Amino acid sequence: MLEQYIGATVMFIMAIGIACGMVFMTSVLGPKRHFAEKMEPFECGEKQIVSPHQRFSVKFYLVAVLFVLFDIEAVFFFPWAILFKKLGMFGFVEMLFFIIILGVGLCYVWIKGGLDWE
Amino acid sequence: MELLIFYPLAGFCVLMGLGVIISSSPINSALSLIAMMMGLAGVFVLQQAHFLAILQIIVYAGAIMVLFMFVIMLLNLKSAEEDTWSIRPQNTYVSVLTGFLALGALYKIACVISQAKLDSPAAVPDDFGTVVRVGTTLFTDFVLPFEVASILLLAAMVGAVVLAKNKID
Repeated sequence: MLEQYIGATVMFIMAIGIACGMVFMTSVLGPKRHFAEKMEPFECGEKQIVSPHQRFSVKFYLVAVLFVLFDIEAVFFFPWAILFKKLGMFGFVEMLFFIIILGVGLCYVWIKGGLDWE
Repeated sequence: MELLIFYPLAGFCVLMGLGVIISSSPINSALSLIAMMMGLAGVFVLQQAHFLAILQIIVYAGAIMVLFMFVIMLLNLKSAEEDTWSIRPQNTYVSVLTGFLALGALYKIACVISQAKLDSPAAVPDDFGTVVRVGTTLFTDFVLPFEVASILLLAAMVGAVVLAKNKID
């Protein structure tokens, strides 16, 4: 039963290996010219003008909430895409209704200016 | 073989869960929570709940954590570091209350586990919990709840815009 996960496990090991390898190789091979401003964790390389401890605008939060909602919508597409041929026309119409209802929501957000920054 | 994978994963989850509550920096807590969710997704895969594992990573580790990060960024981190959570007196009551709640929940879970017949696993089909199986059930037997879910998402969108947009303008 566990044999089916060998491919995924190999992929995970390779992904971790490549990611660690990149960090390791750049730290070994890359040029190193350290100075005080560069070692700052915030705005590194520049003299920092503002404090990193400042509040972010609440506008980001609206974008984040909308992102979560459309992310949950996207999750429903995974099983639908796999079963598309099996479900046939019924699945297509079913998903069409789902998308239309959410399309109304997208239009509402758009018209109300939820996607505008200012 | 399964237990050999399960125990490290479960141990990793518990360690990261402890990291969430022990670390004083909210960013460290959030990162521990992401690691815990990844470990939990691994446990789900081990239980053949593939779709749940995908949901765990995409929705929880991906989307919900973004909300957590934004809450951390919206609050002022510097002031949060200065007055630590434990010194405020009204928090003692909240801590005791949540402690009792957690204790009650744990007791209930322990009761259920002790009564469950773990020796004889329930007869489930081979593809139980896979994306195909969950999808088939969702798109045939539960069409109406699936469509209602879209209306729920629509209501959430409208609510988010009405609440946030009025405050901004």
